[in-house]
Amino acid sequence: MTCDEAEILLHALLDDELDAGHVREVEAHIATCQRCAAELNAYRDMRSAMATSDLHFTAPPQLRQRIEVAFPKAHTPNRRAVLKGFAMGSVLSALAATGLVVVVLRHEDEQRILSEVVSAHLRALQAGHLTDVLSTDQHTVKPWFNGRLDVAPPVVDLTAQGFTLIGGRLDHVNGRTIGAIVYRRRTHVINLFVAQTTNAESRMAKIETVQGFNIRHWSERGLTYWAVSDLNADELADFGSKVELAAGAS
Amino acid sequence: MPGLWKPGSRASAGKGKSMPAHRADDDGERTRRFRDAALPCLDDVYTLARYLLRDADAAEDAVQECYLRALKHFDSYRGPAIKPWLFAILRNICHAEFARRMNSPTAIAEIAEAESQEAAPLWHEAQASPEAELLRRRDATTIQRLVSALAEPFREILVLREMQNLSYREISDIVGAPIGTVMSRLARARAMLRTAWMAEEEPHK
Ligand SMILES: [Zn+2]
Repeated sequence: MTCDEAEILLHALLDDELDAGHVREVEAHIATCQRCAAELNAYRDMRSAMATSDLHFTAPPQLRQRIEVAFPKAHTPNRRAVLKGFAMGSVLSALAATGLVVVVLRHEDEQRILSEVVSAHLRALQAGHLTDVLSTDQHTVKPWFNGRLDVAPPVVDLTAQGFTLIGGRLDHVNGRTIGAIVYRRRTHVINLFVAQTTNAESRMAKIETVQGFNIRHWSERGLTYWAVSDLNADELADFGSKVELAAGAS
Repeated sequence: MPGLWKPGSRASAGKGKSMPAHRADDDGERTRRFRDAALPCLDDVYTLARYLLRDADAAEDAVQECYLRALKHFDSYRGPAIKPWLFAILRNICHAEFARRMNSPTAIAEIAEAESQEAAPLWHEAQASPEAELLRRRDATTIQRLVSALAEPFREILVLREMQNLSYREISDIVGAPIGTVMSRLARARAMLRTAWMAEEEPHK
């Protein structure tokens, strides 16, 4: 190796970029060439002097603000899916470990999903296809979901409270297969849709009206529930809070 | 100089989290993912802009433009490391700024100087003395000033290597030059810096 070659390659040696063969060649040259050995030492000193000095600049706070403000309006992370590519939500991991649900609604675009939920409710009523499993026994309905969904939704018996369990079925909301549990109050059908969410956070129940149907929806322990019915808002609220209570106790 | 560098050596330096390419269903979601991935690099991007543009105000504008452009093109970003990707965008923006400044006499003089430096033999830079002079300590501000004084193609590569800790491969991708060119420019950049370092007057106590 000539000094001209060594002059370039000693930098690659310092930067740990050389393969083993070239490391040996440069080192062999250095061992016999006082001048290149001195060069290597000088550059090593300079590198370490630079490494121990803080040569970075810190972005001014107003720059950070300007960038944040310039972003299109973004939803806060809390309201949003946490499960995204590299960010595996701990709730999901925990649920997966217990062999429960893995229906993931990745984008809880609330209004769009609410109208999808209402459409699913209507579809089931109009097609006369309310249930895939017809049973008033929660111990029949709940196991039916096993194997059909990654996580079986909680199925609670509210007959004593005036809400009769009819059965369960699979439905589709937001491009996903989710569970629907069907109840009846007098002549009113209640579809209780349950999907796993990507958000660990509990959300307080809200009652909303979409296309003339009442929806009570809430999130708890990694699941989101939508109770949809033409039942009046007060009774639907009552139904929802009883489901919450029973599901929380189970 | 093919085959000189270790494949994948230092490749992990500055490597960010892997970002699978999702369909961007939603602007808010996309913005959030972008922000989580890109904002932690803000000081590094700003540092590069300061060295490339040598002007604090121009650096701020370039970095803001860089982030807006990066968000716009985030769908085409395929990883794995986000920092070199941001650097490449920033570099394009800075070069547009250079082009704007092109008409100034200092810019033309500097380009001519850089071209002559690139052509000159390396030994012209550092004095080839058998017993190399001991390197005196310099404070960070002095080193920053000396690095900033280097001509652009050398300064850029030196900053990407020393301040940003990128691999030759990553630098080669960012500046769009073969690795052999990166190596020779880096050698020359260090030689020029060392000469300036030695020539710098001892600060008055
Ligand atoms: Zn030699």
